[in-house]
Amino acid sequence: MNEFATIGELARGLRQGDYSSVELIRHYLARIEANSTLNTFITVAEDEALNAAASADQAFERGEAGPLTGIPLAHKDIFCTQGIATTCGSRILENWIAPYDATVVDRLAHAGAVLLGKTNMDEFAMGSSNENSYFGAALNPWDSSRVPGGSSGGSAAAVAAGLTPVATGTDTGGSIRQPAAFCGVAGIKPTYGRVSRYGMAAFASSLDQAGVFGHDAQDLAVVLSIMSGFDPRDSTSSDRADSWLTGVSESGLKPNDEGLTIGLPSEYFKDLNEGATLLQAAAKEFENAGCRLTQISLPHTDAAIPAYYIIAGAEASTNLARYDGVHFGYRCENPKSLEDLYQRSRSEGFGIEVKRRILTGTYALSVGYFDAYYLKAQKLRRLIQQDFLSAFEEVDLILAPTTPGVAFHTGDLTDDPVAMYQQDIFTIPASLAGLPALSLPCGFTGGLPIGMQLIGPHFSERRLLETSALYQQNTDWHQRHPEVA
Amino acid sequence: MADIDIKHLCRLAQLALNETEHQAVRADLERIIAMVDQMQAMDTEDVEPLAHPLEADQRLRPDEITEVVDRDRYQRGAPATRDGLYLVPRVVE
Repeated sequence: MNEFATIGELARGLRQGDYSSVELIRHYLARIEANSTLNTFITVAEDEALNAAASADQAFERGEAGPLTGIPLAHKDIFCTQGIATTCGSRILENWIAPYDATVVDRLAHAGAVLLGKTNMDEFAMGSSNENSYFGAALNPWDSSRVPGGSSGGSAAAVAAGLTPVATGTDTGGSIRQPAAFCGVAGIKPTYGRVSRYGMAAFASSLDQAGVFGHDAQDLAVVLSIMSGFDPRDSTSSDRADSWLTGVSESGLKPNDEGLTIGLPSEYFKDLNEGATLLQAAAKEFENAGCRLTQISLPHTDAAIPAYYIIAGAEASTNLARYDGVHFGYRCENPKSLEDLYQRSRSEGFGIEVKRRILTGTYALSVGYFDAYYLKAQKLRRLIQQDFLSAFEEVDLILAPTTPGVAFHTGDLTDDPVAMYQQDIFTIPASLAGLPALSLPCGFTGGLPIGMQLIGPHFSERRLLETSALYQQNTDWHQRHPEVA
Repeated sequence: MADIDIKHLCRLAQLALNETEHQAVRADLERIIAMVDQMQAMDTEDVEPLAHPLEADQRLRPDEITEVVDRDRYQRGAPATRDGLYLVPRVVE
């Protein structure tokens, strides 16, 4: 069996009876076990997976199989799963079992997908390297001395290593696109509001959006078609009827042939060293395929990191107030008073980066600082969004690097939070603007993958994915895989 | 940059840091605030703050009961409960 098969190929194999779902799931469970040193999973749900696979096989026998029936997948450990631990990579939720399923989990389970387990992540999705996980960092399958990126590093690394064909992630400031680039897989962050946030532990509610990792654009589209859609349980869920999306598993994704105009933002390329020639080659590939390239400017790009760390910190300090040692999760030993209980439970339960973000947010929201920080950041957020909206009057899509370079070494940036934050420089602007964006592998430097980012207008996922399909039709970077056990 | 009173922030955020963490966090926060202070030089005059990326209004739903009381299930993840109550150290003597 091809370790790096797409779900399209696996669905065909299941339909033709080349293997049963139980056999398929056993195969992937064995791969996860053989590659356990990569530390991509926090929890492997072996029994649940085999039971779900048996049900999938029965669905095939009854002739009731859908496009995801019997297909393995993994969820980032930020999505609530009833009966299976949901830790958010944190000690504070080490032993917590959610009393309900996230909408994303529920929809994929109903479509017949089989959950292999929950993937490693930076604690509460705060990080760009996976090193902030209480359960130890996941490693990059291309070079285990390097980080897989973050925060959804476990999902990206698991897909890259062929331990699951697809995996979910969440993206607040780049947490899907950056690890996808570092691990040489595709990853999409949909438009804010496209996918329900119900049951997805909140980090920064005005930014958080769920998405998916896979090898090709078709797989991203098929999983997205099941995950997305209106959910009355999420007050910011968008009510849309996109028939191309709901029908994509039958109709397939058609490579875009509209001769799109693609903008290259000068601010994203000016200091780019590593990968610059690969990005230029990718742009040339689009030109050869009939697209028109044009230089654009997004003048407020420099405002993105400062504004983001205020907005995300402020929202995180509010969202994480719920971890109080009373209602759920970790409680310190022998609390002497209620205040002692709150303070020690939180201090022993949260890691250092989570504390930094909570304190940054608390500072920004405290009396006398609100206007100078939080309000200022929200004004810059509008200017950043305005940059994109103006650009999309001239171009159909934006092509940019996903990261400043290849995956860095474990430990390189852990002592310098500000340097770590700079890693998100190319992904944060689209997050602040709520735009859909994806990362695709576009080449290698020194044996390590480089990613390119495509950013589109709100709800332009079809154009993003079909343009990705066009690129992947003409290139084979997405078919290169690391050597793993 | 204003002086950062870590003790005050910790009190607001209900965090307790030991002396080593206190020093490290102060140094980190000073760097982080210095980085975000780049914002202050940027012109935002007459710009409306953007609170939500799609500027959508909060949806209203019919005023109907949709939740069911399922306390036992939700309290299963709590560290200490009795008779449906959350247990904490005595607050009033």
